[in-house]
Amino acid sequence: MTPLRLTIAEMSNLLAAGEISSTELVKDCLSRISEKDDSLNSFITVLNESALIAAKSADKLRKLDKAGPLTGIPMAHKDIFCAKGTITSCASKMLANFESPYDATVVERLSNAGMISVGKTNMDEFAMGSSSETSFYGPVTNPWNKSLSPGGSSGGSAAAVAAGLVPMATGTDTGGSIRQPAALCGITGFKPSYGRISRYGIVAFASSLDQAGVLALSAEDVALVMQEIAGFDPRDSTSADKPVPNYRASLDQSVKGRRIGVPKEYFNEGLDSDYADVIRTSLDVFSQMGAEICEVSLPNLSFAVPTYYVVCPAEASSNLSRYDGVRFGYRAENPIDLEDLYKRTRSEGFGDEVKRRIMTGTYVLSAGYYDAYYLKAQKVRQLIAEDLRRCFEQVDVLIGPTTPTTAFAIGEKIDDPVKMYLNDIYTVSANLAGLPAISIPCGIVNGLPTGLHLIGPQFEEARVLNFAHCFQTETNWHKFLPGSERN
Amino acid sequence: MALSKKDIDYIAHLARLDISSDEAPLYTEKLTRILEFIDELGKVDTNDLLPMAQSLDISQRLRADEANVSEDRDLYQKNADVISQGLYLVPRVIE
Amino acid sequence: MAWETVIGLEIHAQLSTRSKIFSGAETAYGAEPNTQACLVTLGYPGVLPVLNREAVVMAVRFGLAVGASVAKRSVFARKNYFYPDLPKGYQISQFELPIVKGGQITLQSESGQEKNIRMTRAHLEEDAGKSLHEDFEGMTGVDLNRAGTPLLEIVSEPDLSSAKEAVAYMRTVHQLVRYLDICDGNMQEGSFRCDANISVRPIGQKELGTRTELKNLNSFRFVEKAINFEVDRQIDLLESGEKIMQETRLYDSDADETRPMRSKEEANDYRYFPDPDLLPLLLDKEFIDSVRSQMPELPNQKLDRFAIEYQLTREEIEVLTATKDTADFFESVAKITKDYKLTSNWIIGDLSAALNRDNLDIRDTRVTADSLAGLLKRIVDQTISGKIAKDVFQTMWDSGDEADIIIESKGLKQITDSNELETLVDNIIADNPDQVEEFLAGKEKLLGYFVGQIMQASQGKANPAQVNKLLRNKLKS
Repeated sequence: MTPLRLTIAEMSNLLAAGEISSTELVKDCLSRISEKDDSLNSFITVLNESALIAAKSADKLRKLDKAGPLTGIPMAHKDIFCAKGTITSCASKMLANFESPYDATVVERLSNAGMISVGKTNMDEFAMGSSSETSFYGPVTNPWNKSLSPGGSSGGSAAAVAAGLVPMATGTDTGGSIRQPAALCGITGFKPSYGRISRYGIVAFASSLDQAGVLALSAEDVALVMQEIAGFDPRDSTSADKPVPNYRASLDQSVKGRRIGVPKEYFNEGLDSDYADVIRTSLDVFSQMGAEICEVSLPNLSFAVPTYYVVCPAEASSNLSRYDGVRFGYRAENPIDLEDLYKRTRSEGFGDEVKRRIMTGTYVLSAGYYDAYYLKAQKVRQLIAEDLRRCFEQVDVLIGPTTPTTAFAIGEKIDDPVKMYLNDIYTVSANLAGLPAISIPCGIVNGLPTGLHLIGPQFEEARVLNFAHCFQTETNWHKFLPGSERN
Repeated sequence: MALSKKDIDYIAHLARLDISSDEAPLYTEKLTRILEFIDELGKVDTNDLLPMAQSLDISQRLRADEANVSEDRDLYQKNADVISQGLYLVPRVIE
Repeated sequence: MAWETVIGLEIHAQLSTRSKIFSGAETAYGAEPNTQACLVTLGYPGVLPVLNREAVVMAVRFGLAVGASVAKRSVFARKNYFYPDLPKGYQISQFELPIVKGGQITLQSESGQEKNIRMTRAHLEEDAGKSLHEDFEGMTGVDLNRAGTPLLEIVSEPDLSSAKEAVAYMRTVHQLVRYLDICDGNMQEGSFRCDANISVRPIGQKELGTRTELKNLNSFRFVEKAINFEVDRQIDLLESGEKIMQETRLYDSDADETRPMRSKEEANDYRYFPDPDLLPLLLDKEFIDSVRSQMPELPNQKLDRFAIEYQLTREEIEVLTATKDTADFFESVAKITKDYKLTSNWIIGDLSAALNRDNLDIRDTRVTADSLAGLLKRIVDQTISGKIAKDVFQTMWDSGDEADIIIESKGLKQITDSNELETLVDNIIADNPDQVEEFLAGKEKLLGYFVGQIMQASQGKANPAQVNKLLRNKLKS
């Protein structure tokens, strides 16, 4: 067995040096999944056969000296990414039998880079949730404590990486769905700017907010994967036609003399006080590296979550109208007429949270309520984006906590949607404004990991990764993982 | 604002969802709670603000007019439950 | 009571792009069901729309042609409703910010009077698929080939005051979109169809009456009949003290009546909002100018130019410029023959008759412009008579051969050699002594008889003008 939790960078070196084969790496991943995933439930589909075939080809390529830095390294995709010939369920009964006839751009690019998908990870149904409890396939558990939620919606990806089942998994982040589970599982989770990674082939949740990203063990690993998946895609109208910088090359730049903004509103009564202490300690780490810490203000922070919970369900209600039982997906049996086909298909195929969001979204767009809710929220969205723009005139990055608390118990918040929604308080603004943001492990409170949240200006992914990497060269929190602390 | 049963029925119909009378009270309660939460937005002065639908400040890109996708009806229809003669079937529609 | 009719039309013109508005699927008509339904057309999970440049160019071209303002910023919105032929559960359309705003269409009545119809807007949207209601195992079949075909929805103000005027307006727009080469105008295939909003009110009343919407009218004849029926129905209702229900109705051409559409009974709460998969369409001056610089000549411009350049009658010019193809055909022939009247006569006469007989469009004509010019040249240079030319034309139509080859092989060349003609004339005079006597006694009409005899003897090849002259000279000498 290879050591648990090798990083991608480490695997890449071992493979290049011929000290390990891709087949060994993939076999180890698969056996760890079969051993540990019964209790984690982080995978919906495991691709034993195709992963091993791909590993053999990768080993052949290496012998022919045709391997790239990521060739032969195992990984997993969140089950929201369409991958040709596999079930792409989005953790919903609606798509439980849906076999994608095509690859998402992210899937295609990672496959072209030689990475090997060992499976599709569990998540909240249609990515609607912050706890990975709304999955049709049952809740994912947190590898730090199986009674806790790993967060969500990319909870399966976060749990699988934290537990050492794969060194990296893809995720999507609409309001915090990569960063929050990364924080609650003690790993690194990165959401780039809206438009940086193609959305083509990602089952849409809220199109103006959805963005793909990476969950991994370090900012360095994120940079390596970002290099492959970032960049223009003509199949996505919202993909930005901007050059992709070399992310790895800028990781080591000094943060000395650079300015870090800390929004004062972050430290209000909602934030756990021990968590707040950990964040302050983390800011000291940056001070010691020579960065300047400045207080800034996001006066409309408290409106970010309500704004999000208007925009997001509105878009979702429309995006999910295509699930009607006609061309793909679940179809109710023996419908008596068209309306019965639609209503029963959708009521039987969608879970409660999805239905609730469709209902909310339908309501805020409906005649008489559009202006008061949807249009209003779009204006507040502008205000929130402007607040952030103003901050970045003064500072290089914003830093704060990723979540108000460490991991919560499965079942604890599921009955109170608003309580659940408030988990996104620190993360949603980056989605509303389309900014790059990362969560990195920064400490332990009561035996559970905490996340440090860094936001950068639009398309400054390299800067965010640079700051995160510097923190990870000064601290070891990212190596502190359940089961095998790598201190 | 509180939602009535009539509101719930209307929204559910627009969204083509069946909300049974057993489920209705729970939906009403949770949706009302969510609406109270988003009603907070009413407190914000948004008079001088333009609505923001997208975070990207660029124009819609234009594609050359080329018929360039490969079609594979049989593959695509593998995901459909009820087809006949290449058509997707639905219960009889009367216009 | 005297009633006034108020009509506004929403015309849907399918834009003649090669691929769909938001995907690279083909748009050709008549393919096997769902073979032009790519993943984007089908609304598969994860796929995304990308806008077709040509559809935008065509919309701008239309906007410029009707003197409208082309929006520097327009926005695509989702119109949400469930229907089997609408794969995503929403139609991508434009709502608050369309690409074309305002403009007007000028109608010309038969008496030459002009009336301006104001345009509200024209916007881009995607077409829906087709539901086939023939029995498929007791179900409805859905073909999505048409879904995603680009449409330009052209909306008029309620400026039309009769069914006739509505048809005239629709014809004018039909001619325009074909001139602009943005729509093939094929109404049978549904490329050009309209919805009509109709209301009536007592003459003198300011407020509009309650309107009904007639959906999917796909021929000029149906537009006229449907509107007339609907106007009568509304007046009858109002006169008997009843109210008009605001509703969507369908025209049943078999029964010649309108009836309410059952499937659209619910309130239209379409929940429009900006499509987050598409960004605002920003068109700069450069883009609009480049479309302007490539604008084809418009129907009224062509009409005016023809009047000056070719000096034909108004009626002739209207026929020749009815479609751009006919006008182009005329100009190609006229350029060679230089005889505009003759060219016009032949196109309006023999060519049109032949096209009608074989039910062909002028684009598919069996006698091309060059070939027709080849024939007409032989009339102009007196190689053949107009009468013989008709036979040659028929042979050309049937065989595809050029005029000169037919004239040569059938020996149809006109006899213009005066010796030969003299012999013919002398023979006829010698053979008809009685008639000659009568003629000389004053029965001038007999000249025609002699000409006829000579033409017959020459199998039509004698030059009639020369024969006339010779006869007169000989008879009177």
